[in-house]
Amino acid sequence: MISYAVLFGFVAISVALIMNLWRLVVGPTVLDRVLAGDTMVVNMIALIILYGVQRNTTLYFESALLLAMFSFISTIAYCRFVLRGDIIE
Amino acid sequence: MNSFLEALIALHIVVGAFFIFVGSFGLLKLPSFMSRLHAPSKSTTIGVGGCLVASMLQLWAVEGSISVQEVLITFFLFMTAPVTAHFLALAYLHTQRANNESLPKPSSNSNWSSLGDQETVMLTDSANIPNQSQE
Repeated sequence: MISYAVLFGFVAISVALIMNLWRLVVGPTVLDRVLAGDTMVVNMIALIILYGVQRNTTLYFESALLLAMFSFISTIAYCRFVLRGDIIE
Repeated sequence: MNSFLEALIALHIVVGAFFIFVGSFGLLKLPSFMSRLHAPSKSTTIGVGGCLVASMLQLWAVEGSISVQEVLITFFLFMTAPVTAHFLALAYLHTQRANNESLPKPSSNSNWSSLGDQETVMLTDSANIPNQSQE
């Protein structure tokens, strides 16, 4: 039962990633692209976690943690750059 | 692993994946940036939370322990998603400062507080000039 659920999750998150990529390409403003990139990283974290559930291992959770931290820092840095024209004043 | 726990894990995975799909669909289809912002910042976060709870349940059922990394990922994602959404909304407000009509209206009669501060600063500056000339 879990294997079918994980397969459904893989398909749904992959379609979600394609939709995010569409918004990343189309996006009218810069902030649309920043938001699409941030959402793509969150979806990638979910994909890594589902892969860990499928393989029954905890090996990949460190990479998910690193992705979570770096996506937050990069999004905040980009927003600050749009707001102030500088990252560290 | 008994069948009830297995069904619970499968349910968490399916619901989480559905919420992630809904969030990304909203990001693609909604008309303006402010409405596009709230689709992934709420829905995708709860979807990742569902997948993380499923992973924690599975690890607890198989090994009898919960890994530190999963708790840290959950904590970090649920702490940072509102901050990210707030910063994106603030940056959008300030990029759209010139054409105010494209922004959603605040509930009261005043302007957005992040933008209204600058107007009051400008007003106090212009109000200070005659005082200085009198002195």
